Amino acid sequence: MGFSFDVAHMLAGLMVLAGLMMLYQDRLYPLLHVLALQAGLLAFSVAWQAHLQAAPHLYITAVIALLFKAAFIPWALRRMVFRLGIHREIEPVVGIGPTMLAGMGLVALSLEVMLPVTAQADPVARQDIALALSIVLIGLLLMVSRRNAVSQVVGFLAIDNGISLAATGAQGMPLVVEISVAFSILVAFIVIGVFLFRIRERFDTVDVAALHRFRGEQP
Amino acid sequence: MIGLAGVLLAPLVGAAVLAFLTAYRLSARINVAVSAVAFASALLLLVERPAPGRFLLVDDLNVVFIVLGTFVGLTTSVFSASYIGHELATGRLTLPYLRFYHAMFQLMAFGMNLALAANNIGLMWVAVELATLTTVVMVGIYRTHQAIEAAWKYFILGSVGIALALFGTILVYLAARPVVGPGIDGMVWTVLIAHAHGFDAALMNVAFVFLLLGYGTKVGLAPMHAWLPDAHAEGPTPISAVLSGLLLNVALYALLRFKMLMAATPGAIAPGPLMIVLGLVSLIFAGFMLYRRRDIKRMFAYSSIEHMGIVVFAFGMAGPLGNFAGLLQMAMHSLTKSAIFFSVGHVAQVKGTQRIAEIGGLTETHPLLGWALVGGVVAIAGLPPFGVFTSEFLVVSSSFARQPVLAVLVVLGLLVSFGALLLRISAIAFGEPRGAVEPVRASFVPIYAHLALVLIAGVWLPGPLVRWFQHVAALLG
Repeated sequence: MGFSFDVAHMLAGLMVLAGLMMLYQDRLYPLLHVLALQAGLLAFSVAWQAHLQAAPHLYITAVIALLFKAAFIPWALRRMVFRLGIHREIEPVVGIGPTMLAGMGLVALSLEVMLPVTAQADPVARQDIALALSIVLIGLLLMVSRRNAVSQVVGFLAIDNGISLAATGAQGMPLVVEISVAFSILVAFIVIGVFLFRIRERFDTVDVAALHRFRGEQP
Repeated sequence: MIGLAGVLLAPLVGAAVLAFLTAYRLSARINVAVSAVAFASALLLLVERPAPGRFLLVDDLNVVFIVLGTFVGLTTSVFSASYIGHELATGRLTLPYLRFYHAMFQLMAFGMNLALAANNIGLMWVAVELATLTTVVMVGIYRTHQAIEAAWKYFILGSVGIALALFGTILVYLAARPVVGPGIDGMVWTVLIAHAHGFDAALMNVAFVFLLLGYGTKVGLAPMHAWLPDAHAEGPTPISAVLSGLLLNVALYALLRFKMLMAATPGAIAPGPLMIVLGLVSLIFAGFMLYRRRDIKRMFAYSSIEHMGIVVFAFGMAGPLGNFAGLLQMAMHSLTKSAIFFSVGHVAQVKGTQRIAEIGGLTETHPLLGWALVGGVVAIAGLPPFGVFTSEFLVVSSSFARQPVLAVLVVLGLLVSFGALLLRISAIAFGEPRGAVEPVRASFVPIYAHLALVLIAGVWLPGPLVRWFQHVAALLG
């Protein structure tokens, strides 16, 4: 407990808040800004863990988070949104209100699930895991409540942020750097490189509903 | 040591070489040669295996998966050579994409072999992710509307699945840390299983739910199966064959490893009932969905969901007999389903369509191909004398003894899908010929080799193999 715990707790809590903020963004640019904010908070949180655990390799993960997730990915997505000319509104499948309520419910659920079962773990890891699960669930909610391909990618990146928080919070977890690199490759390789390009080329839209029109089985 | 190095390094080196080769014939041959080296190395592992390290492990369980996987990889590369030749001739693929295709094929083989040989749950996760990534790009390789939609769906659902699996992996580490201590040991599977009696049961329960949902998505269990039919239908057919024959097994193998951990943790929930429910839902759901399919590859993709449902059900029932049936069913399904996809690939090429309504009278126009497909469907539908009959019979009879109600549900699912498959194959294989009738230059060796193996397994299972499977089944608990 004490100061070190409070800082870790605050950073993780702010990440959850950023996750909730994503849920009510109905335009793409602000959504990307919130994503960058969350990833920046993740970088600070990881750096703080590196300091607490005296684990210098975690600084690598922090730098990756700051440069790649908080700067490069939002920038690249922003460029893409601009080039595609889709900085118009994004339509959530259900309304903002119910989505927010569901988001809060998910946070409560993850605290309710994770805190009792992690009683043996140390307090920092315990809080981080519980809050990380809520970030993951909020990311999932974002993915299912949006139809736009870019906002689905943002939802996936939020899941990624939550998992990185959990991985760095678990003290002494091996392969963290390798796993975060592997995850970044997953994100970069597919999201940026291949799909949105091809989707634009073929459909002139990134609305996933438009993709469904081309389902193979329609006569 | 040589065996393990061959299984892992041959595909990796092969991928690097193939990425720079544009000559079609040469690269197809190298692809086959590399897969053959991997298979030969896997056979070496049967005889002599290295001591488990912190990252790699070969034991009685995964050597079955590795040998089966590299064998299907080898036959698929043979099939792929003739399939891709046709795609080049018709202009669906161009030479630069071909280079990409071959490199990705070997990279995927590397990812799968690494996942199977990993002794580290973190490394295993990374390897499954690599295999997923490579298959995603290959599914989208034709760049048609449907292919892009399929790849996108596969990417989204697959990434969510592996993200959940990673979360579960972190939780397992968290459960292990107080017992094993911080550091790399907390992720080494052999260390974990040795210390599992001290793990916190509640934490392991939560972890297993995430792992089951995560890796279960990759196994193709309903209701997380939505990516599977699209990915099978829209990608190149060799990829459909390896998806069904290999990737589903790799994800299943990961699940089994964690199931063993759960069984060794006192006080943890039994993973069996969860797996039984998911397996039954997949089996019955896929059985009914089979009736509504108009696309031939999509139909067999649903049949894969059905069979993975049976396999997961059998492993969920557990016990020596249940595990034995599950292993046998898995092996038989891999061999049969990839043989079916090989023949379906050639059928779709010669007819120029995948729509069932436009394919007919295949046994008259292309007897060798048509009868191969009939043989495959008869086998996959679970008719004697093929091996799938043996394994399905074992699944049903072993569960009748313990849970008659569940066994009745399994029989229901089997009969439903049996009807759908026979209905469709009779339209495709017999009756008035429909579609193009040009002769086909198909590679029949892989198809008939697989079917022969399945037939032999159905008639007579060799004693050593039975003892081996019994031994592995006992390991699985």
